[in-house]
Amino acid sequence: MSADTSQRARRGAGRRRLYQWLFVLPALLYLVAFFGYPLVRNVLMSFQEFTPTTYFTGESPFNGLENWRAVFDNPLLGDAFWQTILFTVGSLVGQFTIGLALAVFFSRRFHLSGVIRAVLLLPWLVPMVVSAVVWRRIMDEDHGVLNSFLELVGLSADGVPWLSSPSVALLSAILVNIWIGIPFNMVILYGGLQEIPKELYEAAALDGAGPWRTFRSVTLPMLRPVVTVVLVLGFMSTIKILDLILALTGGGPADSTQTLGTLTYQLSFMQLDFGQGAVVGNVLILISAVFALLYLRVNRSDVGRGR
Amino acid sequence: MQRRTGRTPSSAAVLAVATATLAAGLGGCAAEPDPDTVTVLNSATDTAEHEANQEFFERCAEPLGLRIEQISVPADQVASKALRMASSDSLTDILELDGSELPQFAETGGLRPIDEVGVGDERFSDSSISLGSYDGVRYGVARSVNSLALIYNTELLADAGLEPPTTWDELRESAAELTQGDTYGMAFSASPNADGVYQFLPFFWSAGGDEARLDEGAGASALQLWKDLVDAGSSSRSVVNWNQQDVNDQFVSGRAAMMINGPWQVPVLSAQDEVDWAVASIPVPEAGQDPVPPIGGTVMTVPKNDDPERERNAGRVLECLNSEENQLAWGERVNNVPTDRHAAATYREQNPELAPFADLVETARSRTERVGTRWPVIGDALSGAFQSVLTGRASPEDALRQAQRQAGDDE
Repeated sequence: MSADTSQRARRGAGRRRLYQWLFVLPALLYLVAFFGYPLVRNVLMSFQEFTPTTYFTGESPFNGLENWRAVFDNPLLGDAFWQTILFTVGSLVGQFTIGLALAVFFSRRFHLSGVIRAVLLLPWLVPMVVSAVVWRRIMDEDHGVLNSFLELVGLSADGVPWLSSPSVALLSAILVNIWIGIPFNMVILYGGLQEIPKELYEAAALDGAGPWRTFRSVTLPMLRPVVTVVLVLGFMSTIKILDLILALTGGGPADSTQTLGTLTYQLSFMQLDFGQGAVVGNVLILISAVFALLYLRVNRSDVGRGR
Repeated sequence: MQRRTGRTPSSAAVLAVATATLAAGLGGCAAEPDPDTVTVLNSATDTAEHEANQEFFERCAEPLGLRIEQISVPADQVASKALRMASSDSLTDILELDGSELPQFAETGGLRPIDEVGVGDERFSDSSISLGSYDGVRYGVARSVNSLALIYNTELLADAGLEPPTTWDELRESAAELTQGDTYGMAFSASPNADGVYQFLPFFWSAGGDEARLDEGAGASALQLWKDLVDAGSSSRSVVNWNQQDVNDQFVSGRAAMMINGPWQVPVLSAQDEVDWAVASIPVPEAGQDPVPPIGGTVMTVPKNDDPERERNAGRVLECLNSEENQLAWGERVNNVPTDRHAAATYREQNPELAPFADLVETARSRTERVGTRWPVIGDALSGAFQSVLTGRASPEDALRQAQRQAGDDE
């Protein structure tokens, strides 16, 4: 009798577990097919001689660490790595600071604020390549609007070589990317600001907190989850930057704007050495993975601390 | 599917749906192509170019009872598209590649030597044959080829009382003299990609530079020439960002008195009436030398096919496209020089204003003739060299040594 019930219970539990798995299965299959498989393939590919011949014959012999050695011997890799980091950090800091400032600014309703906010979304709507081409003209050393303006207000006499000097080009690329990224940051942060209860501000005001103190002790802590989301999404889209750089500088001048993204593109699609391209792709994945782990740890420490 | 006890129909249904979903996402096979259609992969995405191609193809295909289907993708995607097609065994019957991409495809063994599908080689210019060859075997036929020349603003040169420069020294002097106000004396492309490399080669090769041994030093004077032009202010510092299109824009807007460019700009140049222009040969280091510009253009190849009939059809179409009169008509249409010797001679007579291009093609060299599949890497190394020299990061000699390191040794 008791053995019978426990057996039935066990069978019931087993069945329940099966159902649980069945509900997870579609998502699991999707992940394996669209994330797991390409990831494994990319890691494998970096140990293979994967050239145009592979596409015709289907043969991609393993060549050990040859691709890795070739890529790490490539003097461009180190430059591309640091330039990617600089580009990413610079872009995120700029986008986020300006985006947050604008979000706070617009959280107070005033005349035409809605219209101006809508206009500020434009950079987000324009295709990346179009933006890059327009900025190429704006930043032209001889005839660009930017230098004409600087000359007019007397900031620079003989024109800044925005895109033609290796020491300035990366900064120019960062500036353009900041311009592109501001709307995204502003919109999400603006949404986050709307969620903060008004009572908190009233309480802060009663406690005699000034605007800066209110911002630091109420706005920022309440925005934390939104800030994390904005920064993570921003990081993911910036670290693999390709189209903007290709259209703006092509990685030049003198490789000063090469990033890991452009290097992957160059190796895979210009030199058709897909094995070496996969190596750089894996380096990118590793960087993202480290960042993702950090993000998870930060988030876990948030949970249960009542923050 | 196995039926285990304890499984209710509903869970079976869930599993069935899941597997069906997965199965739908996989598989999928190419339809068997129509035997009377010849398919072509090319880069004719521009409507006018696409239609011109179609017209010429049909002129050749219809008498054979064949139809033509063009698949056109942007030029820089042709190679990767062709590779994807090759992996699914659905490559087109004719594959039109840029000459510089041919070796990497020929090396795969997936292309049919062109002699085997019957396009003879006795009529074509040597430079065009080397453009379509890999390892001494012809895999592709070029209908027409292009090169680079000096295109100059006739009005500005006449006002300054100058003839188009023929030597590097004259080029330096004329460019300096023609630089006034908003106008630079000389414009060229030094972009860090194929455009810049293409434009650097006529100087590098004419100076005796060797793409297989970059650091031998002979090419350093070409780097010095470019640097002199920029340092003297005769050329804009922005040349490091200009592709060949940008160079043409500068010229047409009157901001450059002279430029290096190719015959594909002729339609744009003819369509505007801002500047009067003419074509001259590319200046050489010393008077009396022959310029050695690169030869450019696309080559049509025939991928190997299980069905020999398809290859034969492709061969017949190519044979017809490359007849003397069709090549001449095509050359006229796209302002490129036909590769059939007679057609080229006629073209030269009929287009005296473009004659320098026809002459330059005679002495032009193929980028891949000596280095074959290593060209993309070497081209990259060369672009690194002129970019670092122009931006003041390296001396010409150091830049070439660095480029040789980057290009590595023969693999």
